[in-house]
Amino acid sequence: MTYIQGETGDWEMVIGLEVHAQVTSKAKLFSGAATAFGAEPNSHVSFVDAAFPGMLPVINGVCVEQAVRTGLGLKAQINPVSVFDRKNYFYADLPAGYQISQYLQPIVGKGEIVLDLPDGSSRTVGITRLHLEMDAGKSMHDQHPSKTYVDLNRSGVALMEIVSEPDMRTAEEAGAYVRKLRTILRYLGTCDGNMEEGSLRCDCNVSVRRPGQPFGTRCEIKNVNSVRFVQQAIEYEARRQIEVIEEGGTIRQETRLWDTAKGVTRSMRSKEEAHDYRYFPDPDLLPLVLDPDWIESIRTTLPELPDDKKQRFITDYKLSLYDAGVLVAEQARADFFEAVAKGRDAKLASNWVNGDFFGALNKAGKDIQDSPVSAEALGGLIDLISDNTISGRIAKEVFEEMFATGQPAAGIVEAKGLRQVTDTGAIETAIAAVMAKNADKVAEYRSGKDKLFGFFVGQVMKQTGGKANPALVNEILRAKLAAG
Amino acid sequence: MSIDRATVAKIAHLARIKVPEAEQDHLAGELSKILAFVEQLSEVDTEGVAPMSSAVATTLRWRPDQVDDGGTREAILVNAPDRAEGFFGVPKVIE
Repeated sequence: MTYIQGETGDWEMVIGLEVHAQVTSKAKLFSGAATAFGAEPNSHVSFVDAAFPGMLPVINGVCVEQAVRTGLGLKAQINPVSVFDRKNYFYADLPAGYQISQYLQPIVGKGEIVLDLPDGSSRTVGITRLHLEMDAGKSMHDQHPSKTYVDLNRSGVALMEIVSEPDMRTAEEAGAYVRKLRTILRYLGTCDGNMEEGSLRCDCNVSVRRPGQPFGTRCEIKNVNSVRFVQQAIEYEARRQIEVIEEGGTIRQETRLWDTAKGVTRSMRSKEEAHDYRYFPDPDLLPLVLDPDWIESIRTTLPELPDDKKQRFITDYKLSLYDAGVLVAEQARADFFEAVAKGRDAKLASNWVNGDFFGALNKAGKDIQDSPVSAEALGGLIDLISDNTISGRIAKEVFEEMFATGQPAAGIVEAKGLRQVTDTGAIETAIAAVMAKNADKVAEYRSGKDKLFGFFVGQVMKQTGGKANPALVNEILRAKLAAG
Repeated sequence: MSIDRATVAKIAHLARIKVPEAEQDHLAGELSKILAFVEQLSEVDTEGVAPMSSAVATTLRWRPDQVDDGGTREAILVNAPDRAEGFFGVPKVIE
């Protein structure tokens, strides 16, 4: 258990998260307007989204399917009957004066997510529910001195609100939860998980308690939009609450805001009264009834999910838990690895994919799709290492050249004459030259200063332009030095 | 169930309807009467009867995931009391 040390003893955080994930679909939840991000203001708006009088919502079947798919991916119970309710509040970017959401009967019930923690351990966090709802429009407060500008392009876009149980105990666990949920959503293709564009937003419920005691009063931090901010906001909020309690105060249940610039949470007083949402079933929409056969047909189309893939990588490729975890965090990375590993040494493939390959991609700010080195090309390089054509050290040099020019490994090795020297005669000649040039050091070595061995290896490698097979160099050098 | 004056004031505030204090007592009486009328329904034995969601035997219609609306900004904004640069303009909301 990880506790926070206060002035008066240990405290434990209790964290539950509500994630709003934008459903991947072409059209909105209840209208035929487009969902595409970044359009001209109010150009992706139907009369339904603007709540013109007499307009009626008609549900988008693909949005329903995406919610069910997500529920299945979270190993959750799918409710055959769910109901849409109106959540009533007034805000300028909510033209109807209510949001269509699901309250008492959501489409998806209890499920779970397995978190992969940095120390290699895992922890299961319960999912309470997932429901479908429409997004509101967007308000811009900083465009005009006395006005707020409203863009309804986002109004009506389908969201999945995914609510966790209060099962997390540290900010790191909360971060791991958001990352894992995002990975699963991306594998399923139900949300692009792009936090900068707001496709994934997180409300954090935080309270503190003495270890083993009942839950304390919680505060909700609204709309946090990155994993880093989720962790920072939770960390700050827990410490704030501990300070209040230790100074003799009490925590008031309230909605707070994460101030990115100042790194603090602060109260959103204006939202206090809005908590009376007066939910009631939306009379414009009948209950959503799902055919069990249809649900099963969706189940058969689920991809291999990250946890299963990770297990398979460990079993089939004999990878470490850590390597497998890094590879499966993104589907494209896992696919790339499998293409490279096919018919090759999987451990070597994993090291190259997770090491030099992703290092170079990150440095160049590129995605796998834009990589100048394909899986086949990287495989070709690994083949040259495996059949001893080049050493691992030279391979790094060849890889850099491949990345810069897009040329295949074999061509670069030939053109630059990087083929490894495995001719023992040539290596012996190089060793003899090095020993002749460094007679004093040879004597020191022979009188017991065996740390100098590394020096001789370095000199021989230099003499051969780094092309000598390192194992052969070691072997022959040891024999020659001992022979004196 | 009866509605008191404070509840009338609260509902009015949530609905953003201005109800002068002088009318609150009268409205509390009216609303209480309406509730009492509806409450007669609770005398019916509904044990084992599923909630009825519609008076007609029909199911929710689904639409295909197809973009066939939008792109009508002028029609969306034409009745707005205030607009600028393609946005609706509203009095500044201070957070």
